[in-house]
Amino acid sequence: MKPHWRQWVEEIRQQFPQGNSALLPLLHRIQAEEGWLSPETLADVATLLNLPVTTVESVASFYSLFYKRPVGERVVHVCVGLSCALKGADALMHRLEEHLGIRQGQTTPDGKYSLMEAECLAACDLAPVAQVNLRYMGPVPPEEYQRLLGEGEK
Amino acid sequence: MAELNTHYLLRHREVPDIDQIAVYEAHGGYQSLRRALRDFTPEAVLELVKASGLRGRGGAGFPTGMKWSFLPNDGRPRYLVVNSDEAEPGTFKDRELIEHNPHQLIEGMIISSYAIGSHDAYIYCRGEFLRGSEQLARAIREAYAHGYLGDNILDSGFSLHIHLYRGAGAYICGEESALLESLEGKRGQPRLKPPFPAVAGLYGMPTIVNNVETIANVPVLVEKGADWYRSMGTEKSPGIKIMSVSGHVRRPGNYEVPLATPLRTLIEEYAGGVWPGKLKAIIPGGSSVPLLTPDQIDTPLDYESMIAAGSMLGSGGCIVMNDETCMVWAAHRLVKFYRVESCGKCTPCREGTYWMTNILERLESGEGSQGDLEVLLDVADNIGGKCLCPLGDASLGFMVSAIRHFRDEFEAHVREHGCPLGAKRYDPINH
Ligand SMILES: Cc1cc2nc3c(=O)[nH]c(=O)nc-3n(C[C@H](O)[C@H](O)[C@H](O)COP(=O)(O)O)c2cc1C
Ligand code: FES
Repeated sequence: MKPHWRQWVEEIRQQFPQGNSALLPLLHRIQAEEGWLSPETLADVATLLNLPVTTVESVASFYSLFYKRPVGERVVHVCVGLSCALKGADALMHRLEEHLGIRQGQTTPDGKYSLMEAECLAACDLAPVAQVNLRYMGPVPPEEYQRLLGEGEK
Repeated sequence: MAELNTHYLLRHREVPDIDQIAVYEAHGGYQSLRRALRDFTPEAVLELVKASGLRGRGGAGFPTGMKWSFLPNDGRPRYLVVNSDEAEPGTFKDRELIEHNPHQLIEGMIISSYAIGSHDAYIYCRGEFLRGSEQLARAIREAYAHGYLGDNILDSGFSLHIHLYRGAGAYICGEESALLESLEGKRGQPRLKPPFPAVAGLYGMPTIVNNVETIANVPVLVEKGADWYRSMGTEKSPGIKIMSVSGHVRRPGNYEVPLATPLRTLIEEYAGGVWPGKLKAIIPGGSSVPLLTPDQIDTPLDYESMIAAGSMLGSGGCIVMNDETCMVWAAHRLVKFYRVESCGKCTPCREGTYWMTNILERLESGEGSQGDLEVLLDVADNIGGKCLCPLGDASLGFMVSAIRHFRDEFEAHVREHGCPLGAKRYDPINH
């Protein structure tokens, strides 16, 4: 547990004093710092909010953006929703899988990339669209898949 | 009738940087709030919204003023909750609104809270909307700094605090009772209704849940009045609506149209026409509504005409598919979405979407057998109307209508042991 997490709890509780409403905001904030939510972190959160560990685990496991395993530096979510699929999302996913040598849902062994399937990202006008660490990129035609990997950037 | 290039909601199209409070103010921003607090009682705002005929833009089209009037008068605190969890495939209007015109939503929230007597309002923002939530957070800070939020707003005696809350990846949290569960820090599973949120909502208190676009209309109503709003659309569907157009069109995007604009105008004039290929099917109102066929392209975009045509206006997410699109493939894609997003609480939805996905996958890959269609329809029958929330029903709209309109195509998949259109199928790892 990091000492400043207690401070965060105070801040969040000012906005959300009722129910367990502090839980999701705290998980978001800690994950932004830690990269993912380890079992130890979830136990810490339970202590901080005075909740049963099982409650925290059960809530965290419900939401796909809370990562229960370590993820890569660049988390690439490729939308495979219908509008994106009509514009080549599946081919885009295949190109990425081939290039990275992993399947969707996995992280490269060097810890650089995680590749994930996303349902409609509410950006169908940018199809085929993806998010890199939750920032939109699109349209990304399948042959331009490398743009999502930021290769060649500093 | 359609007025191209006039925007009351997507105002950033004409006014760049309207997401900055100074620019918003310079273009009349927060004048509706001043006017409402100065010239209107809360009841008068409620009457205005009722008179305008504004209907909820989140999908169900419930009359907004009527919903507000369901709040019991029992002295308990009341809450306004704005639903910004937009995730219905094909729908992307709320994202554009919060990213580019966030102050209009905030102004609408303040006026709406004044009308219903709420002093704490919440925005439930989809977790994937990182930019959107940053924009909202900044706009809220600006609104506090300019005295539009906080205690005793503009010396009116009315106080309001807005709390921004981020979801974390779950389509079901768009359903209003699941949203409230999530906002209370729980798993986002729908509640049994009744009681409806207006009676027992957030923290058990009377709560109004409204869509982003619905609330963004409110400052416009105060400025222009109910008669002006009613000068567009129809008796039962007055006003303006943002339609999101995607798929096989030349210019995918959001288009703000007067209700009752013909679907043809939206697709051919606004979105630049079907491209590539020829039109085969249209989903007019988000992934959960039945499809329309090319001969229905002149249907007006209003709630009642869409129902008469066998579909729904829903959230306004219009997905256009050309003649190379396999309907079995499309049905598989959509049903699989509901399988992934089913919260698992109700057995018919959890198991039914699983089996329908498997059967559609089988059909598409050429392993379907005689009788699969009947099983599909039978499973569908066992989901429809049998769950706590409408997610299960939503999984059926497209598939059942596709079987109805394109039965030959489904049967051909069995007969020819595969997709006659040669659709390429992505084969994801099951999860
Ligand atoms: C599975 C499901 C998902 C939904 N998703 C959304 C959504 O993302 N945004 C939204 O405004 N309404 C959504 N709704 C509708 C809400 O339950 C609710 O009716 C709406 O927010 C009310 O606002 P309105 O009256 O302004 O439309 C969804 C409903 C269901 C059943
Ligand atoms: S289907 Fe990909 S963003 Fe909507």
